[in-house]
Amino acid sequence: METYGPLSLHVPEPEVRPGDTPDFSSVKIPKAGSVPRPEIDADPRDIRDLAYSIIRVLNREGEAVGPWAGSLSSDELMAGLRHMMTLRAFDARMVTAQRQGKTSFYMQHMGEEAVSCAFRRAMEPGDMNFPTYRQAGLLIADDYPMVDMMNQIFSNEADPIKGRQLPVMYSSKEHGFFSISGNLGTQFIQAVGWAMASAISRDTKIAAGWIGDGSTAESDFHAALVFASTYRAPVVLNIVNNQWAISTFQGIARGGSGTFAARGLGFGIPALRVDGNDYLAVHAVAKWAVERARRGLGPTLIEHVTYRVGAHSTSDDPSAYRPKTESDAWPLGDPILRLKNHLIRLGTWSVERHKQMEAEILDTVIAAQKQAEKNGTLHSGGKPSVRDMFEGVYAEMPPHLRRQRQKAGV
Amino acid sequence: MPRMTMIEAIRSAMDVSMGRDEKVVVFGEDVGYFGGVFRCTAGLQQKYGTSRCFDTPISELGIVGAAIGMAAYGLKPCVEVQFADYVYPAYDQIVSEAARLRYRSAGQFTCPIVIRMPTGGGIFGGQTHSQSPEALFTHVSGLKVVVPSNPADAKGLLIAAIEDPDPVIFLEPKRLYNGPFDGHHDRPIMAWSKHPLSEVPDGHFSVELGKAAVRREGTAVTVLAYGTMVYVAQAAAEETGIDAEIIDLRTLLPLDLDAIVASVKKTGRCVIVHEATLTSGFGAELAALVQEHCFYHLEAPIQRVTGWDTPYPHAQEWDYFPGPKRVGEALVAAMEA
Repeated sequence: METYGPLSLHVPEPEVRPGDTPDFSSVKIPKAGSVPRPEIDADPRDIRDLAYSIIRVLNREGEAVGPWAGSLSSDELMAGLRHMMTLRAFDARMVTAQRQGKTSFYMQHMGEEAVSCAFRRAMEPGDMNFPTYRQAGLLIADDYPMVDMMNQIFSNEADPIKGRQLPVMYSSKEHGFFSISGNLGTQFIQAVGWAMASAISRDTKIAAGWIGDGSTAESDFHAALVFASTYRAPVVLNIVNNQWAISTFQGIARGGSGTFAARGLGFGIPALRVDGNDYLAVHAVAKWAVERARRGLGPTLIEHVTYRVGAHSTSDDPSAYRPKTESDAWPLGDPILRLKNHLIRLGTWSVERHKQMEAEILDTVIAAQKQAEKNGTLHSGGKPSVRDMFEGVYAEMPPHLRRQRQKAGV
Repeated sequence: MPRMTMIEAIRSAMDVSMGRDEKVVVFGEDVGYFGGVFRCTAGLQQKYGTSRCFDTPISELGIVGAAIGMAAYGLKPCVEVQFADYVYPAYDQIVSEAARLRYRSAGQFTCPIVIRMPTGGGIFGGQTHSQSPEALFTHVSGLKVVVPSNPADAKGLLIAAIEDPDPVIFLEPKRLYNGPFDGHHDRPIMAWSKHPLSEVPDGHFSVELGKAAVRREGTAVTVLAYGTMVYVAQAAAEETGIDAEIIDLRTLLPLDLDAIVASVKKTGRCVIVHEATLTSGFGAELAALVQEHCFYHLEAPIQRVTGWDTPYPHAQEWDYFPGPKRVGEALVAAMEA
């Protein structure tokens, strides 16, 4: 009889840990402009390569090159730069506000601004996003008032969702931004359901689902792909691969599969990987997928390859699990810097004007913060009423909640 | 008035609702072409088309998650989970999403969905086709929980559930699908056709959620029951000769506390009956409420008769099922105390 040695468990490990030299040599970066752009109605079987490549438009020289270039006018690019800079300035102020005790918690986007800001501009009014907590660019790029975002973050008396949610769990139906759950992955299948409803209703609207690399391990991700595939739902399913799920590197969720995008292939869903730090590439790929959905050609899975430069949240310290300089080594650079350089290269922008705009944006954010703080911050000033805590659980308050509200004396 | 089985009544409720409101859609495992493993959706796909009644992949999470998205869009999904025992993969979607969507978005998004599922035992279904998980849902803020006990209620309550602006868990006692069942498993099967509550109006009507019904008026002891246990309690009352007042709760959340309190204050005694397991079961909530609101009227300790705290067994089904003998013993105990 054959004898076997004892088995051992394989647990993937990142290539580097704190103290090591950052190493992204395993991240294969194709040349900008080198990945073909298929026709909108391409057969998913013919474009499987796109799940293993990275679609890039901006090259090192700041030029927009290749078949995915040209989806945006220079005015639109300027607006994109402004949105990303606004989001970064907003984040910086809110991280500070959290440190000052004005709120309990905050989550910033540093390094990932292009993903949500560019994607939003590829959608139409009436379309719906099912975001995670790191897509506030969807709101900023749709001109949602920053004051309302801050009111939510401060849980103050003007909070549009009445102090019921953790900071950054925004909700705005008007701006196509579904209420953020905070539970991971749950909204992915809901996006598919929303898109199915649009098709059932013979509407022309489409949905976009969002999920992080780590949360693709949830069953909701699998259910979303099955349903999207089966019913050819008009939905764009976005995976934001920012390399880290709190302290867990992306290899733990990815396992033996080559890329997260490749998970779409088994479902017959076109799967595209895009340089998530390239505003132009994200927009072009989003536009392709949105168009495909709206034409009734079904879902698309997009993996945005990016890097979470900041901490997971204000409760997290990344230096405990990854090298401090890892973000500097990230080979896809900084999305704001890259778009700025592109605009300078085009001759429509300058270092001076950029600095000027940075200052203007900061003023706008500070003004919004002052206005929001007048409505209160978490521990001081106006806050949502305790009486309101009992409202809105149901459309109509049932007797047991009425009794409890009386007991609470409000 | 036409007579219907519970299956026909449930089907009629969906038919009427789909006919009146094109936002109502029906889907789940095997519910489309085939019409459901219990036939509750038979004919709906043929009548309303595949985009309003369709089969889904075997993914309860997917069924409920998609329904939530559809509700956010503005549809009114009425979905089937093939057995209540299979609902757990969807539990996160129900508890963390459907139940809280209105609250957490301050009413921007709502979730008018109905999740239908066959519940309870008595069909030799073993531990995966017999469970009664109602207490797992009554513990969740934002849900409504309904358990009909007869065809007329099943139709009226299901229409009310579909028209309700909030998520409703609709538990259908599967042993009642084809006839009332009093727990005497060794006697001939009864059909709905001889029962007065199988007279069901053809068209649209609804039974308000949150209202109990008195099934037997009495003065000696109040029995709180729902679903199959209503008939078991009736048999126990007849067989012991105890003049029990039997209240069919119909809706567990919101609960008709007024009806319960009025009855217990009248009788001074209370027996609570459910098929689900004892510990932390819905009977615990009922017992707490009765002592809180009727303490000085109580002349005996509150009795609970329930399934044992074991998984639902196969061979020992009738030793597990709280039948008329056990309920009768509790009635006697309540009277003797």
